[in-house]
Amino acid sequence: MSLAEDITPSYTQETDPPLPKVDWSLTRTRDRALDGPIASCVNNRNRVLDLGCGQGDLLLKLREEKDVLEQGIEIDGSAVTEAISRGLSVVHGDLEKGLANLGDQTFDIVILNQVITVIRNPVKILKESLRVGRKAAVTLPNFAFHRTRFQLALTGRLPVNPSLPYQWHDTPNIRYVTVRDFRELCYRMGFKVHKEVFVSFRRNGQVHPVKAWPNMRASSALFLLSL
Amino acid sequence: MTHSHAPRKAQPGSTSYDDDARIRPTDSVGRVKPQYVTFSDESQVLNLESGGALAPVTVAYETYGTLSPERDNAVLVCHALSGDAHAAGYHGTDADEKPGWWDILIGPGKPLDTDRYFVISSNFLGSCYGTTGPTNINPETGKPYGPTFPFFTIRDMVELQRWLLDYLEIDTLLAVTGGSMGGMQALQWAISYPDRVRGTIPIATTAQMSAQGIAFNKVGRQAILSDPKWQNGNYLDTDPPDQGLALARMIEHITYLSEKSMHRKFARRFANGNERSFNFSRDFQVESYLHHQGDKFVRRFDANTYLYISKAMDYFDLVDDFGSLEEAFGDCLSSFLVLSFTTDWLFPAKQSQEIVRALRRLGKDVSYCNIESDQGHDAFLLPGHRQGDLIAGYLERLEKGGGT
Repeated sequence: MSLAEDITPSYTQETDPPLPKVDWSLTRTRDRALDGPIASCVNNRNRVLDLGCGQGDLLLKLREEKDVLEQGIEIDGSAVTEAISRGLSVVHGDLEKGLANLGDQTFDIVILNQVITVIRNPVKILKESLRVGRKAAVTLPNFAFHRTRFQLALTGRLPVNPSLPYQWHDTPNIRYVTVRDFRELCYRMGFKVHKEVFVSFRRNGQVHPVKAWPNMRASSALFLLSL
Repeated sequence: MTHSHAPRKAQPGSTSYDDDARIRPTDSVGRVKPQYVTFSDESQVLNLESGGALAPVTVAYETYGTLSPERDNAVLVCHALSGDAHAAGYHGTDADEKPGWWDILIGPGKPLDTDRYFVISSNFLGSCYGTTGPTNINPETGKPYGPTFPFFTIRDMVELQRWLLDYLEIDTLLAVTGGSMGGMQALQWAISYPDRVRGTIPIATTAQMSAQGIAFNKVGRQAILSDPKWQNGNYLDTDPPDQGLALARMIEHITYLSEKSMHRKFARRFANGNERSFNFSRDFQVESYLHHQGDKFVRRFDANTYLYISKAMDYFDLVDDFGSLEEAFGDCLSSFLVLSFTTDWLFPAKQSQEIVRALRRLGKDVSYCNIESDQGHDAFLLPGHRQGDLIAGYLERLEKGGGT
């Protein structure tokens, strides 16, 4: 028996160790929680670009309900496969590189659903989104959510909850943001905020609307922006 | 979607004689017959990009499934360098006969679902499998064309496929697809006949043959040209340049695999025994594999044909033809599903991504996936990844009117 049968030679090994695999199923509740409010920002037959569309759950809903002309960008190959297999128009690629190819005002609305915390240059993406689209619907997990605050303050451990479902070592998030911080950024960048929607998740996964004190009480937020 | 015809599945309990049903899987199109059409009308002269012309011209093709009454469910499948019209099913009744080259995709319930789509596969111009090519008789001389066959391009192949579609009275294709050189034809279709293609699925291909690709083709051609038996192309049927053609095929096969798939298939295993032979014969399995591929190929292919086809591939360059990819695709009305494979180094993903980038700049409807596979360029012909699901989803979207 040849040695090569059971030992992979070193030259076939990857040089860059891959990042820990993200279990996206953990964010399902969070990622779908604002689908309804996002859909209400979209008009019939709109041209919609979903950045980081995953398996395309939201795009599928928008196509069924609003008959949109959809386009998604997704970096995860198996999610892309799933989305295209479901009949969606999706491009496999890095949204931080891919937007430059799109013409100005190509889309009626660009969706950034729970992706702003996983990308390297959020400000650039927001600007690019408002260049290729007339509006941008941005959702984010609110790090100032009361349960998140108290988890850190009282237990001394990093918060893990339905809005931030990962441990420190396997999270895809490379940034944290709060409702106030995002409002502040929009003000500074001159983005118009047309609409804000806030929700909180209960432990059982149920989603509740939040009206007052969103920075304390909302676990997720939606902002509808334009220039 | 209403099905316009009954699926061609074996009927359980059927007592009628059906030689296919007993030995073939039920998702096979079963036994198929190659068909031929000869365009011999005086007006039917195929004027080629090289300045040459051909008449009369014969096309070999096969079809699977049934054309809908609206004639709107046709999918054209384009084959690669050494392929033929036999894309699915079986020609004979031998239990060990291998099915057509894309049988994994074409059949009842498969991604190119013959219960829904009318799949057309034609042998391209200049091949040696039935469509007019160098091995056929030149009516003017009464002898095979051989090295006097005019040069042809991918565009000429598409032109002849258009003749076939006209003959079949199919105005609009639901989709056109193919891998490698077949993908080049698919792209050319979307460009040459924008109003006749609703969906284009170029797989593991490029908009312009790369220097690396040309280099490998060149070495393959040179292997044939330097075989003394080649005789400037005027070799005898009985004594063709087999050595050169086999060597060309061996080189080509290296480019179809990946380092990983070679390691998986052969590693350093010996072909016979487990000892170094200390001679130049076939010590290793990978050597015997390449020889086997070469030997098998010379029994079924023609050296001149190989030269012409690989040249057609090298000449493919949409950037040169149109000035830029944006201009090339500018008038396309089709939507696109572009597919590449992660370990394909003959047609690397980057080349597909350039196509995608141009289409997106133009605001065309395009989907793209770089499919994870360790099978190299060959992956598009093999199972083991989700190419089929992607194609099925895209076709369903086209049927529903998406992307147009």
